[in-house]
Amino acid sequence: MAVLEKSRKVVAESLIGQRIPKMDAPEKASGKTRYIHDLDLSGQLHARILRSARIHARIKSIDTRAAKALPGVHVVLTAADLPDQRPIGVAKDHFPLKGEVVRSQRDEIAAVAAESVEIAEAALKLIRVEYEDLPVVADARAAIAPGAPLIHPPRQGAPAGAAVAYTGRPDNVAMRFDYSHGDVIQAEADSDVVIEDSFKLHYVTHCCMGVSGVIAEFDASGYLTLYSNTQVPFLHKREFAEYLNMDPARIRIIQPPIGGGFGSKLDVYPFEVICVFLARAAQRPVKLVFTREEEFLASPTRQPVLLTLRSGCKKDGTLTFRTVHTLHDNGAYTSWGATTPFVMMQTFSSLYRVPHCDYHTTAVYTNNPYAGSFRGYGNLQATFAIEQHMDMLADAIGMDPLAFRLKNAQESGEVTGQGMVFKSCGFKDCLTTAATRSDYVVKRAAYRARQKDAGAVKRGIGMASMLHVGGGAKIYPSDGCGTMLKMDDFGALTLITGASEIGQGSETVLAQLVCEELGLPISAVTVVNNDTDITPWDVGVHASRTTFIAGNSAIGAAKKAKAKILAAAARKYECAEETLDLKGGFIVRKESDEALIELAKFIRGLHFSDKAELVMTTFYYEPPSVHQDKGFKGDVSATYAWATQVVEVEVDTATGIVSMTHVTGAHDVGRVLNRLGLEGQIEGGVIMGQGYALTENLMVEDGRIRNPNFRDYKLVTAPEIPAMDVSFIESMDGEGPQGAKGVGEAPAICIAAATANAIENATGVRLFELPFTPEKVYRALHGQTEKLYWAPWKPE
Amino acid sequence: MSLKTEIEFTLNGVKRRATVPVEMSTLDLLRDVVGLTGTKYGCGEGECGACTIEVDGLTVNSCLMFAVDCAGRSVNTIESLAGEPLGERLRAAFVEQGAVQCGFCTPGMMMQAAHVLSACGAQDDKAIARGIEGNLCRCTGYKKIVEAIAVAGKATGA
Ligand code: FES
Ligand code: FES
Repeated sequence: MAVLEKSRKVVAESLIGQRIPKMDAPEKASGKTRYIHDLDLSGQLHARILRSARIHARIKSIDTRAAKALPGVHVVLTAADLPDQRPIGVAKDHFPLKGEVVRSQRDEIAAVAAESVEIAEAALKLIRVEYEDLPVVADARAAIAPGAPLIHPPRQGAPAGAAVAYTGRPDNVAMRFDYSHGDVIQAEADSDVVIEDSFKLHYVTHCCMGVSGVIAEFDASGYLTLYSNTQVPFLHKREFAEYLNMDPARIRIIQPPIGGGFGSKLDVYPFEVICVFLARAAQRPVKLVFTREEEFLASPTRQPVLLTLRSGCKKDGTLTFRTVHTLHDNGAYTSWGATTPFVMMQTFSSLYRVPHCDYHTTAVYTNNPYAGSFRGYGNLQATFAIEQHMDMLADAIGMDPLAFRLKNAQESGEVTGQGMVFKSCGFKDCLTTAATRSDYVVKRAAYRARQKDAGAVKRGIGMASMLHVGGGAKIYPSDGCGTMLKMDDFGALTLITGASEIGQGSETVLAQLVCEELGLPISAVTVVNNDTDITPWDVGVHASRTTFIAGNSAIGAAKKAKAKILAAAARKYECAEETLDLKGGFIVRKESDEALIELAKFIRGLHFSDKAELVMTTFYYEPPSVHQDKGFKGDVSATYAWATQVVEVEVDTATGIVSMTHVTGAHDVGRVLNRLGLEGQIEGGVIMGQGYALTENLMVEDGRIRNPNFRDYKLVTAPEIPAMDVSFIESMDGEGPQGAKGVGEAPAICIAAATANAIENATGVRLFELPFTPEKVYRALHGQTEKLYWAPWKPE
Repeated sequence: MSLKTEIEFTLNGVKRRATVPVEMSTLDLLRDVVGLTGTKYGCGEGECGACTIEVDGLTVNSCLMFAVDCAGRSVNTIESLAGEPLGERLRAAFVEQGAVQCGFCTPGMMMQAAHVLSACGAQDDKAIARGIEGNLCRCTGYKKIVEAIAVAGKATGA
């Protein structure tokens, strides 16, 4: 709060580091926020999609006559009605509506737009589809076995260079990544200890509390408005234009508040394109909202991974090399999730100083669910393996795992084998802070000593650390964000940013950064961030980039506004600009903080004067990161975030039930901007990590999801959460907005790995396969688990 | 198409009538017939608590209750908390303690919180967590929600 003292001195606190409530929270806590589910346009029809009854089959015929005849049905579409459909997705390997072959449980066969949801559903039941089954590939290993049935078999007659949907593929390999630095063969020969293990990571899904939905509407001139929950509006605009053969300038995307994102809204999905087709055919607005079951069946999952890791070190604790092979189950089509190896390889190559590293990934097509991108983007999977090996190597050479990690931890100034440059790096502080606050070293020794004690319940403590991009990630041609700023004559500020709000609190942080620059209270700002016709370009919400990129952009616009105001004020008060400042809603003299004039009044004067002027500025920020070269080398992010988390568990050896009792985290966040928002991001991420480690498991059998509901897919509930202790390490990044880094994904990343280490500490038994359900833990503790081994694989 | 029936009930303190299909849920009655969209659909199967409302002093999952069963009852939704002392305290606490992120679980959570505080009395964090165990939140990790309810509870002195 700003105070104007009698002496006309302005006293105002900095906003940085404060606990600032989310600006949209009052609306949300009143039930007034209109999510996509709560929006209705007049004349709107309701859509439903008919999905495949088979996992892999040829479609012999589709009969929609009865559905079309049902009163209240306006449009029924199948692939046959859309000869102009274009392939969608990262690999352009599927059409929104499938006409010839279905390849997974979610596959879209027909769509209906009707007067009501009930009528649309009744119409679906009237559609007759004849199938001819094809062999199902339900396992990634089976997909690469010689003679495996092909998910996208080669097709004759397609022009060279055409998309996978037209050409097919000679094998089931969707994507390959091969990375290397140093010489792992020599390094292995030079190692004192070498270990190799396989790890298996399961299917989980985002479970956004608000289900997916979209509303499409064409105006009389053929201009499309999409109400969409996308995280990447500007990229989608371009993609939709391609899929619909439209001019992108005629597509407007409006983003209503979103009921959770977590990476699930990076891709364009078939349902969205189908909804647009229905709206085009009906010439009415069409709304399509999933049911929860559909959300489980047809929205993406985290990439399931099979991973074999070989690591070595010297007796003195120096890491020597790592060789990694991973196999990702892509599902039937390729999404952005298939590019998670970009992130995984960073962790393998650069979390610790590893002089030699080889990394190979194959993402394969199967008939399983479509695996997409999810908070942490492959890093949970990579960290699960690496951080278990860090404990195992330390044990093998008789070194304390904390000391072993500290010895190999990265520091500021390091350039890694992959070419990442760590300008600000608080990793060692994270390690020591988390260890000290959790009493890690003492407890670990004590719990280990008690492994053989009587009593079914054992306690254990485990540690894991992570590295993640914290300053954007240059994966698209640009990683920038634009801002427009406008001040009106009442001192009200409108911040128009390309950065989307997905519940993570970005609009509040951006408002805070701008107000800090302009010396205004947060209440002075309105943020506009949800309409591509108004907002400037941005690449989207992903890679924990918004605080850093959009933050720098917002500060840039605010600095320009400030310069403009101070220049005008300097003219009026006949003094040098440098002697003036903005504070507490006033223009003040920098030296004394003496108030000269209220800012709002001054701006009013500005546009009523004869040399009238408005305070409006724009700024575009592009971070100083670089694209990776063909060998995946380069400094993709302007800065990197670090964290160490220590997990304490109780393992009931009689039942296999693992309870997480404490999580102690230390996060290098660059600088704390909004303490309340930051804590919220960390706590939410920790509990998401807890679910990944212990309770969540999307069960997929022969391509079919067995538990598409919250009864059988178990999210963590309030009584199960651990005590959480979160510390922030402020490494003050030189390029960061006020020194801050992005941290949105960080907190979920280490939890499963730390839990595995804690269970080992409690019981002496190491688990290589997630999730740690009671049955799995019980079997492992009672010697009923076969050692997992996956032989590293590379295509011939 | 389907059988309809007319019911009379009290909604947020106001008596009203509605004609509803017999198979309609109270959630759909509120959202689609009455147009009060504060109550959310999260699962439709009684598993998430996003649709929590209060009926005759007890909280229920409105997705599991037939609309016709509202007949003769007093139904309160998130919209009823506006202007109510406990509702306002809860809202302030949810906002200030950071208990809201995407906000989708928030209305159901607040209805349950109001019940936990008013019907069950002010309680410790453990009891509050138990009280909201039927309400899922994917964003916050619950800690700040429990804290917010505790703060609102202390303020009520209940
Ligand atoms: S919608 Fe009623 S409990 Fe989930
Ligand atoms: S705030 Fe998003 S589900 Fe609770």
